[in-house]
Amino acid sequence: MARAVVTVPPRAKRGEIVEIKTLAQHSMETGFRRTQNGELIPRDIIRTFTCSYNGVEVCRVELHPAIAANPLIAFTTVATESGALTFRWDGDNGYTVTEIAPIKVE
Amino acid sequence: MSPRLLLLAFFVVAGAWAGEIPLEQRRSGYDLMSRETQKIQDDDATNPGMLWVLDGEALWSARAGTANRSCADCHGDAKASMKGVAARYPALDATRGKLLNLEQRINACRVDRQKASPLPYESKELLALEAYVARQSRGLPIAPKIDAKTKPFLEAGKEAFHRRQGQLNLSCAQCHDDHWGKKLAGSVIPQAHPTGYPIYRLEWQNLGSLERRLRNCVFGIRAQVPDLGSEELVDLELYLMWRARGMRLETPGVRP
Repeated sequence: MARAVVTVPPRAKRGEIVEIKTLAQHSMETGFRRTQNGELIPRDIIRTFTCSYNGVEVCRVELHPAIAANPLIAFTTVATESGALTFRWDGDNGYTVTEIAPIKVE
Repeated sequence: MSPRLLLLAFFVVAGAWAGEIPLEQRRSGYDLMSRETQKIQDDDATNPGMLWVLDGEALWSARAGTANRSCADCHGDAKASMKGVAARYPALDATRGKLLNLEQRINACRVDRQKASPLPYESKELLALEAYVARQSRGLPIAPKIDAKTKPFLEAGKEAFHRRQGQLNLSCAQCHDDHWGKKLAGSVIPQAHPTGYPIYRLEWQNLGSLERRLRNCVFGIRAQVPDLGSEELVDLELYLMWRARGMRLETPGVRP
């Protein structure tokens, strides 16, 4: 199960700054740890996170091995028009999660 | 028992009871952690434990086993049927004559009703189901049932809590009754109330059960670590729940 949770205010005033919080379920295995037998545990992390607002990219994050498991990414954007926010996480081993959240701007 | 042994036993007991925390002075580990960590827990949008709760919600209605039944087929909506359940576990299973914690109860249900194999301790699925069930009791007071039948388990748990063990020769009580609020290395010693289990522990980068936490502590005092699901741990869980009676559940808790 690859789960992600996004929190977007369902409605906002035009021009208002809205806070968006995202939480992705991922172990973020660094690639530097070893098993008890000394074998390297291969890296398995989320590499990028993007958020687009009606097709326009409003946030892009590059993730690296030192970032905690289940990364919480919170950011703000300006509510310009009603529509949808599309969130996408991409990572090692073909990890891809997409979430879509609607927003109503009045 | 010789008079000397009796006297020794008296001092052990008297010494143990002296440090018990008065009910009104009890504080959840939540109160002793940083404001930042409290905020992670408070907001469902930032609490990583909620990822497991959502997984558990999906598993609740997923059919399993040769009986091809889901939890929901018997128990219906967990929001109603599981409300308050986690607050009274560990509880006695009459047919088995054993004290079961919530994980063991879930597995007993899987084996008896779903005819499925039990989920391994600390597996993602078991923790998810436990978190989902316990989430339904958030805000409710902890109330394990103590009667003539469960009393022996409570006494055994109490004895384990006050027993010095390991190479450091420490009991749980010496830290958590007598020295809570002080520092052990850089960390505040909490009172050890199981108010938020299963917890998302930042150190683990993962969700974990009370038993995992207890095993951590036992390992820390360099004692023989009991197996997950062993009677000793379940008895201790019952004592800790009784010790935290009336305190509110916070599941899923976040701890440093």
